[in-house]
Formats: sequence, C-alpha cells, structure tokens
Amino acid sequence: MNKSDGAGGVPADGIMRAADGTPLKKSLARALRREKIRSLLLILPLLAFILITFIAPIADMLFRSVENGIVEDTIPQTVGLLQDWDPASGELPDEAVFAAFQKDLSEAFKAKTSTRLGLRLNYEKAGMSGLFRKSGRPATNMEPPFREAFIAVDEDWGDIETWAVIKRASPRLTDGYFLSALDAHRTADGVEMLPEKERLYIFLFMRTIFLSIVITFSCLLLGYPIAYLLASLPVRTSNLLLILVLLPFWTSLLVRTSAWKVLLQQQGVINDILVWIGLIDDAGRLIMINNMTGTIIAMTHILLPFMILPLFSVMKTISPSYVRAAKSMGASDWTAFWKIYFPNTVPGIGAGSILVFILAIGYYITPELVGGTSGVFISNRIAYHISSSLNWGLAAALGTILLVLVLALYWAYDRIVGIDNVKLG
Amino acid sequence: MSDLPPYASTGQRIWHYTFRYVICGLIFFFLIFPILIIIPLSFNAEDFFTFTKAMLNLQPEGYSLKHYNDFLTNPDWQQALRNSFLIAPAATFLATAFGTLAAIGLSQSHVPFRRAIMAVLISPMIVPLIISAAGMYFFYSRIGLQGTYWGVVLAHAALGTPFVIITVTATLVGFDRSLTRAAANLGANPVTTFFKVQMPLIVPGVVSGALFAFITSFDEVVVVLFLGSAAQKTLPWQMFTGLREQISPTILAVATIMVAISIVLLTVLEMLRRRSERLRGLAPT
Repeated sequence: MNKSDGAGGVPADGIMRAADGTPLKKSLARALRREKIRSLLLILPLLAFILITFIAPIADMLFRSVENGIVEDTIPQTVGLLQDWDPASGELPDEAVFAAFQKDLSEAFKAKTSTRLGLRLNYEKAGMSGLFRKSGRPATNMEPPFREAFIAVDEDWGDIETWAVIKRASPRLTDGYFLSALDAHRTADGVEMLPEKERLYIFLFMRTIFLSIVITFSCLLLGYPIAYLLASLPVRTSNLLLILVLLPFWTSLLVRTSAWKVLLQQQGVINDILVWIGLIDDAGRLIMINNMTGTIIAMTHILLPFMILPLFSVMKTISPSYVRAAKSMGASDWTAFWKIYFPNTVPGIGAGSILVFILAIGYYITPELVGGTSGVFISNRIAYHISSSLNWGLAAALGTILLVLVLALYWAYDRIVGIDNVKLG
Repeated sequence: MSDLPPYASTGQRIWHYTFRYVICGLIFFFLIFPILIIIPLSFNAEDFFTFTKAMLNLQPEGYSLKHYNDFLTNPDWQQALRNSFLIAPAATFLATAFGTLAAIGLSQSHVPFRRAIMAVLISPMIVPLIISAAGMYFFYSRIGLQGTYWGVVLAHAALGTPFVIITVTATLVGFDRSLTRAAANLGANPVTTFFKVQMPLIVPGVVSGALFAFITSFDEVVVVLFLGSAAQKTLPWQMFTGLREQISPTILAVATIMVAISIVLLTVLEMLRRRSERLRGLAPT
C-alpha cells in the first residue's frame, strides 16, 4: 500500500493541514488557546470579585497580625533616637531622647493619638496605658531639662524598663501579637511564657479542640446508626426518612439554637419533664445551659446532618452481597459487620469527622448563646477582641492561628475525600 | 440487611427491632424534636418558654397568637424583616450571576490552573465565619464599606458564591457537549446557543444555587454582626440580640415562621433536583 497518496491521507510534505491550509497542529493549538481564554474570561469576573471582597480581607487580617506602625508613626523622632540607645548599658536615654519625646508626645496629645499608643504599649507591659494618659497633658507645657520634668510627672519615666519597652515595640513589624496569642511575652531576656495562672489562649485553644473532638465523636456515635439505617432501607422509605435529616440541616442555625435554649433552661421543657416523671425534684433542676453541656448538646444537634450525609453516601455504595458472603462462610453478625462492613465505611467516617470537626472548631454563634463562660470557643475570644477590647492585632493573630489550623485540616480532607466531592443536600 | 430473613433467631430479631425502632427512633427524635417543639410553644398565651397547665389541658385560653402579633407590629422586628429582604436578594443576584458564569468557565475541558482557581473560589465556604467576619471588618473599614448596606451585600454575595459554583458544576457534569456543537453546526452563535440550549438545561442547578445563596445570606449572622450598623439589622441579628439580652417568646414565633420557610425551600429544591435529573436523562430516584 502506498502511504502518501489517496484522499484524506498524509500529503507529500508530511504535514497535515486544515481546510484553510494552515498546519493542523497549529490550527489545533490556536483553537485550544482560544478555548482557554474563553473559559478564563468567564471565570475572571468572579475571581476578581472574590479577590476583592474576600481574599483581600483575609490578607488584611494576616497583615494586621504583624503590623505595628503605630509606635513609629506616633513618636517618630523618639524612635529614631532610641536606635542608638542600648538598654543593657544600665543608663537612661540621654536628654536629646527626652527632648524629642516631649515634642512627639505633645504633638500626639494634640492629635489625640497618645492614649492609643499607650494602649498599644500596655499589651507589652501593664501600666503603660496609665503612664501615657497621665503624661500627655503635662508634656505640652514642659520646660527643659526634660528628663527631670518627665520623672517629676511619673517616676516610671526614670525606669530603664519603660524605655526598653518602647524600644522593643518600635519596629514596624512585630511578633508581639502572636506571642500574646500563645501566652508568651518578650522580656529583656527574650521570649518567655506567661506564668501558669495568666495563661489563657493556649487553654482556650485546647478547650476548642477538645470540645470539637467531643462533638465530632458524639456526631459519629449518633450519625452512624442513622446512616446505616438509611442505607439499608428501600429507597422510597429512606428518602422519606432523609427528610428528617434534611429539615434540621435547612433550618436556620438561630432557630435551632433558640430551640435548645428553650429546651435546656432550668425552667425549660426538659427539666419540667424530668421533674414530672420524678427523676429529679423541683429543687434539683439540672443546669444544662450556659456551660459545656449546653454547647456540646446544641452543636451535636446542629452538626449531625454533616456527619450523616457523607456517611450515607458512602454506605449506599457498599454492596449487601459482601456481608451476605461473609455470613454464608460462617461469620457471626458481629464479625460480618466489624470485619467486612465497617472497614468499608471508614472513608465516610473520615470525611464526616473532618467536616464536622472543621465546622465545629470555628463556631461562634452557638457557643456564644448557650456556652456561658465554660463552654466558649476561641472564636468568641476573637469576637471579644474585635468589638470590646479593640485589640485588633491580637484578634488578627488568634484568627491567623485558627485559619492555619483549619486550612491544614482541609488539606487533609482534600487528600482523603477531594474538595470536588463536596455535595450539598 | 433490609429485612430479617425468615430463619433469623430470636436474638437477631430482638436486636433488629431494638436497633431499628428504639435506637434509630431516639436519634431521629433528637434530630427533629427541638425543631417541632418550638411550634406549639410559639402559640403560648403566657410569656413562658415552657408548656403551661392550660396548654397541656388543651384549653383554648392557653393558646394565642400574641407573639405573632408582636412580630408583625413591633417596629424592631419589622425593620429587621425589611432589611433581610433588602440584603438577601441583592446578594443572591450577585452570587448567582458571577457564580454561574464561573461554573460554566470551570467546566470547559481545558482550564489552566483549575485547582488553584477552584481553591480560591471555594474558600469563602471553607474559612470559618468568624475569621471571614474579622478580615472583612478590618478591610471594609479601611475602604469605608463597614456599616453600609453595600458592604453587607458584597460580603454575603462572596459567602454565597461557592454554593452556586458547586450546584451549577454538578448539573454541568452530565451535560452533553454535542448539544452545543449541534447548535453551532446549525448556525447558532455562542450567545444564542447559551440561552437557547445550555441555559434551559442548567436552570435547575442555577436556581438551587440561588436558593443556597439566598439562605446563606438570609441566615447569616456573624458577618452582619460585625459589618453592619444598626441600620442593617437583619432578622437573624435581631434574633441573636433577642436570645442574648431580653429573651422574649416572640423569637419562637419568628423561629416557627423560619421553619415554615425552610420547609418550602426544601420542597422546591427537591423538585428542582428531580427535574434536573429527568432533563439530563438520569434515572429519577
């Protein structure tokens, strides 16, 4: 057979050509490129939208957790002169520093930024806020020598530690918020953990993780039988029962939280029933809300559908003949379940557990409403720092740590299940 | 598994029925009871959160619509309701429009950096709400959007887009490409092809995505709590303050109304899902 002739065969020069005469390879590449551009153009609007409305805010939060322009912006000359001063020398900064500080501070006082600086420095050392509030006004009409004048206002200005704190806090970027978020602080001798009694955040992180594990485990315990039942029933019946799972899933979070608040109160329905059937007496009503119990019960209820749905979708695919084969070969019911059925459901357990755990660890509303003080999560502390204590840097640092934790878990989830397999309802 | 074989022993029978009717029954009860219990409680004639004697004896005096009346007349609740219906549709529109386009783009066969793009677009669903709220609060106050209507709308739209992408992508998975090629072959331009051929087939996915986006915004409280000012107080926000501060039974009336809304939404979604499967030629379940 002659390869080089005949209609539709390879032409004499060995190059396949499209109808318009361009080489086929080139033509295909062009079409492919056009398709790529078209798909990117379709994606671009949303990508830009998400970058501006969502990614930029997250980046801003990450930046705020290390940002520290306030010291240098408020007292620029002092910070500049303090560069040459060594706290280890055991001597106070010289008169020039005090003079610069007098100028900076009186300007800051007039611009009403001095108390904010004091608040910022207070995170490094307690008492700085009061010191700045006290010294702002006197600084505006001070006479040289300034060193003596400042010490006359408050003798803390004669303390080397005060100036060391200002010098330590002056770089534009700081790890101070992260240190506070991990219950550490920077002293003259380097980074040190806070005394045991003052540690707060590590304890809160541990509690958040512990409670999330308890919630994940109770969801698994309650979700597994339900998913098993749904998977073993005929489709028509299981679809009906699935509604009982989907209805809570679709009901507003606040509705479910208010329901638990009503049910768990000391004068609420559950306590009333327990008193009525005589399990407890009227004086011994159980305290089930505004503590850990409340958080665990309410959040287990809220997150249970997220455990049942992935479990159900995995169990649906397990062929009943596996278990039948095991039994026909003499396995008992338990052995057939434990050795054959259960190992097949492990992917579902992994998917559901990670999903519930990730959702639980960042929860805010439910712990806030039913958690009291002993059942709150780290997210409640973040909210507190944003809206009440206004320590945004610390809130950002805590948020960053939580974000890293969640992203690591999602990475694991992606490895196990694949993000693309996320299904809704 | 589904039914007991005729040769099952007594022990197997006992376990089978205990498991099915006692254990699973109790768990279903746990799932559904808290939602159902608030419905009768919302008709309480007293300002209590538990059943009164009159209610238990089924006396008509024990029941009343006064909490619903309070919801409909109290200016705080009315303002919140209005705000919710101003914010959610706008956010839904933005999320659905952007999300549908992007999902169509993502479903093409050759998309460069698909995984990275997908990760960015899905991220609002992954990041815990408190972190999104914190970041948005910081960033939106820099650009003057904090405490404004549009700030809340943009934030809610961002939170809703992942759901639109997921649902629309799901309908596009079974999409037969030869349909668009046939349309092009018959002389339709890409725009006509999109609206006449592709759109009718993916509409169920788009609508359920829009419903998800709507419910995301309508239920959302953490972000609006930080981003909104008093003028943007939504229904969930009002419920949140109500639960935290002066807990009043009106909340139960609102909760009952919201349960009714979710039942309607659930029904619509299920109908859409079936329609989509029928349209795409998959076996109806």
